[in-house]
Order: sequence, then C-alpha cells, then structure tokens
Amino acid sequence: MILEMNNIKKSFGSLEVLKDISLSVDKGEVVSIIGPSGSGKSTLLRCATFLETIDSGEVLYLGKAAVTTQDGKAEYVAPAELRKMRSCYGLVFQQFNLFPHYTVLKNIIDAPINVHKRPKAEVIAEAKALLEKMGLGDKADAYPCQLSGGQQQRVAIARALAMKPDILFFDEPTSALDPELTGEVLKVIKQLAEDNMTMVVVTHEMPFARAVSDRVIFMAEGVIVEQGHPEEVFGNPKEERTRQFLQNYQN
Amino acid sequence: MTLMTMIIKMSEGLGKTCAIFFLTLLFSLPLGMIVALLRMSKNRIISNIVRFFISILRGTPLMLQLLAVTYGPYYLFGLSVSRNKLIPVVVAFAINYAAYFAEIYRGGIESIPIGQYEAATVLGYSKFQTFFKIILPQVVKRILPSVTNEVITLVKDTSIAFTVSYQEMFTIGKQIANSQTSFTPFVVAGVFYFIFNAVVDFVMGKFEKRLDYYR
Ligand SMILES: Nc1ncnc2c1ncn2[C@@H]1O[C@H](COP(=O)(O)OP(=O)(O)OP(=O)(O)O)[C@@H](O)[C@H]1O
Ligand SMILES: [Mg+2]
Repeated sequence: MILEMNNIKKSFGSLEVLKDISLSVDKGEVVSIIGPSGSGKSTLLRCATFLETIDSGEVLYLGKAAVTTQDGKAEYVAPAELRKMRSCYGLVFQQFNLFPHYTVLKNIIDAPINVHKRPKAEVIAEAKALLEKMGLGDKADAYPCQLSGGQQQRVAIARALAMKPDILFFDEPTSALDPELTGEVLKVIKQLAEDNMTMVVVTHEMPFARAVSDRVIFMAEGVIVEQGHPEEVFGNPKEERTRQFLQNYQN
Repeated sequence: MTLMTMIIKMSEGLGKTCAIFFLTLLFSLPLGMIVALLRMSKNRIISNIVRFFISILRGTPLMLQLLAVTYGPYYLFGLSVSRNKLIPVVVAFAINYAAYFAEIYRGGIESIPIGQYEAATVLGYSKFQTFFKIILPQVVKRILPSVTNEVITLVKDTSIAFTVSYQEMFTIGKQIANSQTSFTPFVVAGVFYFIFNAVVDFVMGKFEKRLDYYR
C-alpha cells in the first residue's frame, strides 16, 4: 500500500466535514474522487497531505505511520519526521500555485536541489525531460505569468513529478481552466496513468474519471457513499444518492 | 551674505542630513521586519504589545519622540544629554520609521496568497526557506511603492533634527534665516530637498523596474 487512511475524522468547529473515512491506495492505482460541492473532497486531500490536521484516525505512507490515534486523539510524528514523509507525495492544486518570481525551470528544480539536496546538473536534465513530456520544451525560461492556465497547470504537474513522489494528488486540476484548456491537462494526467503513476484525482470531469480510473469513489456529506470500478459506479450505481448526483450532473 | 555663501554654508550640513537619512534606513528597514513578524506572532500578548507600541509611534509626532529620546534620559535618570546629537536623532528616527515599515511589511506579507505557503510546504521547504525564498521576494515587489513613499517622507523629515539643534542642512538654514532675517535659506532648503527626492525617485524607480519581469 502506498497510502492508507483509516477512520479519518475532521471537523471545522461544529461542522463535521469528514466522518470516519477510510481510503487505501495501491501502487499504480488511479483513484478518482467525485461528489457534490462541500462533501469534503478537498479536505480529505488536505488531510492526506498534512495541510490540515485530522481530529482522529491514522495516515500511513508506505506502511509508515504519520499520524496515529491514542485515546481518541490524533498524534502526529515529530515535525522533522513529517517533513521527510512529504517526499512520499505530491499535490497539484486547483489554482496551480506556481511561484511567480521563478522561471518555469526554477519552479521545477528549486525544491529537488534545495530540499532534497540533489545534484543540480542531474535535476536540470530531468526537469527538461519532464517539460518535454508535458509539451513545454520551449517554456523553460518563461515566467508563469507568460503562460496560459493549461500550461501553468502542466508546469505544476512537472514540479510535483520532479520530486519523484510515490503518489500524486490532484484537487480539481482543471476547474480553474477555460473549457478549451482542460483537454491538454487531462491528456497529461492520462499519460501518467498509462505510465503507472499512483494517483488520486478529485474531479468534476466525469468522462475523464470514467476513462482513466481504476476505482471511483463517490463522496457525500463527509462519507464514502459508494466506490468501485468506474463502469459499475457510473454505469450501474448501487446507491440512490450516487444515482441522483450523476443524474444532476448529466443535466 | 550672498546667495552663494548661504548655499555653501548650508551644503556643509548636507553630509549630516545624508547621515540621518542613510543610518535611519539602515536600521529601520530590518528592524521593521522584526517588528512586523512580532506583530504577526501567534502569541496574542506579544502581538498586542507590539501593536500598542506601533500605534504610539505612528500616533504621536516624530518631533516629540525625538525630544523624548534626546532629553528623556536626562529628566528621568539624570544622565547627561549626549554631545553627539546624531545618536538620539538616528535612534528616534529608526524606531519611528521601523513602526511604519513594519505595517507596510505586514500588509505585504498578508497579501501573499495562502496557496504559495501551501505549495512550498507540500514541496518540503522549511519555514525558513519558505519565507526567504518564496514569500519575501514577492513581498518586496508588492511593497516597493509604499516603501518609496516612506523614503521620500524621510528625506523631508530629516529637517526635524533642528529641534535638537543637530547641525544638518535645515538647522543651518534656519540659523542663517534668523541671523539675516531672510527667507532665502528656506527656499534653498526646499530646492535641496526637491533634488534629493528626485534622486530617491529615480533610484527607487530603477528597483521597481528590475522587479517588473513578473506579475
Ligand atoms: N478551513 C476551513 N474552515 C472552516 N470550514 C471549512 C474549511 N475548509 C473547508 N471547510 C468546510 O468544509 C466543507 C467541505 O469542504 P471541502 O472544500 O472539503 O469540499 P469539497 O468537496 O472539496 O467541495 P468543492 O467541490 O466545492 O471543492 C465545506 O462545508 C467547507 O465550507
Ligand atoms: Mg474542493
């Protein structure tokens, strides 16, 4: 297992956002998470990436616990330890969050060089290959503000991949894009799926989820309502709640 | 006294004017950052104490603060007033300007989208790296116009040093004006400040241009 999340609970004040959610992701698996707005999809990813702290439950990467629960209280490993575990995963944001003062190349190479302390020449060579793969071979010296949204998101993906994560999370990677630009980003993610990259993708792009995922998870009101093979979930949903959601989506 | 001798006499004080100007910037720019970080501290007590001091420093005249720093130690502790007035002048100015810069820095830091911190955190940057590599450079770009405003004000504020008779350009001008019962020295001072600020404007403009490469 690359990622194991067990019995995750998370509230904001009195609002219970995640109600006892468990999710495991195997190596090479592509998992899509769908569900209505406010159902806790982003919060789940943010808990998996330690951007939010959980109230109780367990999170393990490669079998190593990052947070466990004793007497109903979540206990995280020491901050230095937690920082090390960050190299297990990457996260691609809805809003890209590229560093505007760095060139495309520097956005990609800075963390591998300054966080992982890897040799510069090697990192640059890899970054250029990644850009090539993203169809951005000629953009290494551009600044993010000079790129379209679709190009920026592909740079953000390259930046995450340069850290060689075991698993890559996407939080609605195409929601901030003009409709004509979503295709180029989805294509890149599809390509990664073919390369057996382990991924968890929160998305509202149903045809895409159906086409690339090994498993689809439908979330609503902080619980996993239904999950399974995309053809089952999309073609023959078992739960009434899922059916409703998918029907609304088609209209 | 001819106009020329007035100009020469007054320009002898320009060195001291520049000393106030540069020393104030040298101390207040970094001090302002420390104050800003304390002001944003998660510790309520620290941030409230700092907020209180900032409001006093911004809410009372610099002239009053200068008098307090220069003569306060004498009235409070009977310490002799320092002979070299540059010290109290720079101390008062640096503290006062640090308060203004702190608020500018704070505004700049708080204007950086949370996503920048989150992206850096996920990539494994330490807090220190995140601040100095990712946040600060963007803050500098955003606050440069406001900093320029303060620096221009500082040029003019150096004249306040006349309150403690520090022999900078304006103090000399005022003395000449008194002894000669002439308004001319004030006009000369005005021209000096104007030229000084033209230079400031030019230099800061260059800095801003340099950071124009991204949005
Ligand atoms: N930092 C926060 N403080 C308070 N409430 C929050 C916070 N973050 C999220 N929430 C609330 O938690 C609930 C779940 O939010 P979340 O962003 O996880 O939903 P989502 O499934 O990602 O929705 P969307 O499809 O709109 O992105 C929402 O009601 C939201 O208002
Ligand atoms: Mg969301």
